[in-house]
Amino acid sequence: MSSKSAVKADSLSREKVGYWKKLGIDLAKNPWLYIMLIPGIIYFIVFKYLPMWGIIIGFENYSPFLGPFKSEWKGLYWFQRFFATRKWWDYTSNTLILSVMSIVFTFPAPIILALLLNEIRNIHYKKVTQTLLYVPHFISIVIVVSITYVIFGADGIIYKLTQSVFGTTIDYLGDPKVFRWMIVGQNIWKETGWGTIIFLAALTNVDTQLYEAAMIDGANRAQRLWHITLPAIRSTVVLMLVLRMGSVLDTGYEHLILMSNSLNRSVSQTLDVFVYQNGIVNGQYSYTTAVGLMKSLVSVIMVITSNKIAHALGEEGLY
Amino acid sequence: MAKKDKQEVSSVELNGKVITIGNGPVGVYRTKGSIIFDILNYTIIGLVALTTVLPIIYIIFNSFATELELQTRPMFIIPNVWSVDAYKYIFASNKILRSFGNSIFITICGTLINLFFTVTMAYPLSKKYLRMRTPLLNMVIISMFFSGGMIPGYIVVSSWLKMRGTYWALLLPGAISAYNMMIVKNFFQGIPQELEESAHLDGCNDLTTLVRIVLPLSLPVLATFGLFYAVGHWNSYFPAMIYLTDDKMYPLQLILRNIIVTAEAAAGDMSLMDPNFVEPPKQSIKMAVIVVATVPIMCVYPFLQKYFVKGVMVGALKG
Repeated sequence: MSSKSAVKADSLSREKVGYWKKLGIDLAKNPWLYIMLIPGIIYFIVFKYLPMWGIIIGFENYSPFLGPFKSEWKGLYWFQRFFATRKWWDYTSNTLILSVMSIVFTFPAPIILALLLNEIRNIHYKKVTQTLLYVPHFISIVIVVSITYVIFGADGIIYKLTQSVFGTTIDYLGDPKVFRWMIVGQNIWKETGWGTIIFLAALTNVDTQLYEAAMIDGANRAQRLWHITLPAIRSTVVLMLVLRMGSVLDTGYEHLILMSNSLNRSVSQTLDVFVYQNGIVNGQYSYTTAVGLMKSLVSVIMVITSNKIAHALGEEGLY
Repeated sequence: MAKKDKQEVSSVELNGKVITIGNGPVGVYRTKGSIIFDILNYTIIGLVALTTVLPIIYIIFNSFATELELQTRPMFIIPNVWSVDAYKYIFASNKILRSFGNSIFITICGTLINLFFTVTMAYPLSKKYLRMRTPLLNMVIISMFFSGGMIPGYIVVSSWLKMRGTYWALLLPGAISAYNMMIVKNFFQGIPQELEESAHLDGCNDLTTLVRIVLPLSLPVLATFGLFYAVGHWNSYFPAMIYLTDDKMYPLQLILRNIIVTAEAAAGDMSLMDPNFVEPPKQSIKMAVIVVATVPIMCVYPFLQKYFVKGVMVGALKG
């Protein structure tokens, strides 16, 4: 009896020691690999996981002087306060409207452009146009906004053009009615050309013989597009849409805070911009951390849901 | 057969394999509708490509116009009178030049740090026999789906690590892009194991194998991701805006933002002479600053296009 339990204990401890022992052997065998890992591990712990732990300040009244351990614990106070302001729906709806607009208008643009580019058979024409189309992707958002300010501002060419054509003019940079269209327009201008690459890559995988067979069967161009080309990029489209849905609450704050001003505040304040304004600018760290946490959680839920939908559609999805 | 050759419109070399892009179906039986479609398609693509680059061309040419011509002539692209006054004005103070130098410094240091961290983490993780591989990969993947958010990240960098006001705050927090690291890791996994084994037999350890065998084989991949990171550093303004306190350290993008978006006087130091000198920057000066900030990107654009397209394709095909 006693020997039996002794054996059991022994095997248990051997198992426990085993893991660390095996790790030790591995370490001794590949010392350089583990040394190489050190910077990366430190990086992920300090810059990715420490901020995750730092979410704790969203549950306290964080004071930079007291630090995260001594600050007063507030529980869910900030979450309640956010929903009590009634302003929360403004920020959320601004975020959602901008996101839906960008999915409806920005998302299909590169697909359409890729399909059109795919029909071009003159190599040189295609190369030249592609080279031009990729240019804005490399231009920084500051430059994109600056160009917008110069062209659409009160001295700008478009501003003057609208004035001379319509008699009246639009305050492109201040009017809340045009703000979202400006953002969507800038995004379409910047990323449509670049976005075609991934769809064009998917189109390269189409077997040319399919087209030949379809032609022999008498399919015209529209039929070939519908029955061969579109199914070929379907899974890429779904994957890109899943990725896009996951970031439905990300409105590109680096872009928005450049375009927002006192005139268009009613529409430019999305959740991201709210967190930036009140957190980094005004120093309400705990409050904005709580808002940011809710946003992150919704994003994770969105990724999981849209991935499930992708699976339901018979596609591979993200994971 | 000859017809089939024509179908291969353009090709791209990827990992030594030639892939044809855009095997657009050649109309064997060309109908009237097909020809009309082609004409329309070529026109549309041409127009889209033109509108994509037109704003940039407009800014470049107009930056060489005189302020008088900009004010009096309603709209034009090529100026009647060429002048470099705007450039003389912005280079009169060393503000722009200094920020240009800062940007170059940040870009070079940042990219080297990025590549170092990415490679040293990707290489050990490409070894399937490493015991810590799975938990570490999980650690990386989780960080891709969930993050602490803007404010905790800001607090970690600025108040816990005390990096506010130093360039470290711009260089370290983004040292590894998890997504890029995974692609580099996949690339390392694709390198034939025999090569590294023979290096080990010749007395190399893991570090010397990495430096002497693996890195020389991965130069195209390193160039691709080096450029990814470099463009990211050159174009970023947000970390500099929230972390830097001394405006002598500002990068070009932030200066550009201050000049145009917050309408700061372009020749900052000149305003010091006269405290009441608050003149909004003139149109030509804004344009000249935009051109100065865009030129470096345009100079390396041929490389960017080549390597970036490859990078996107590698990610798309492997992911």
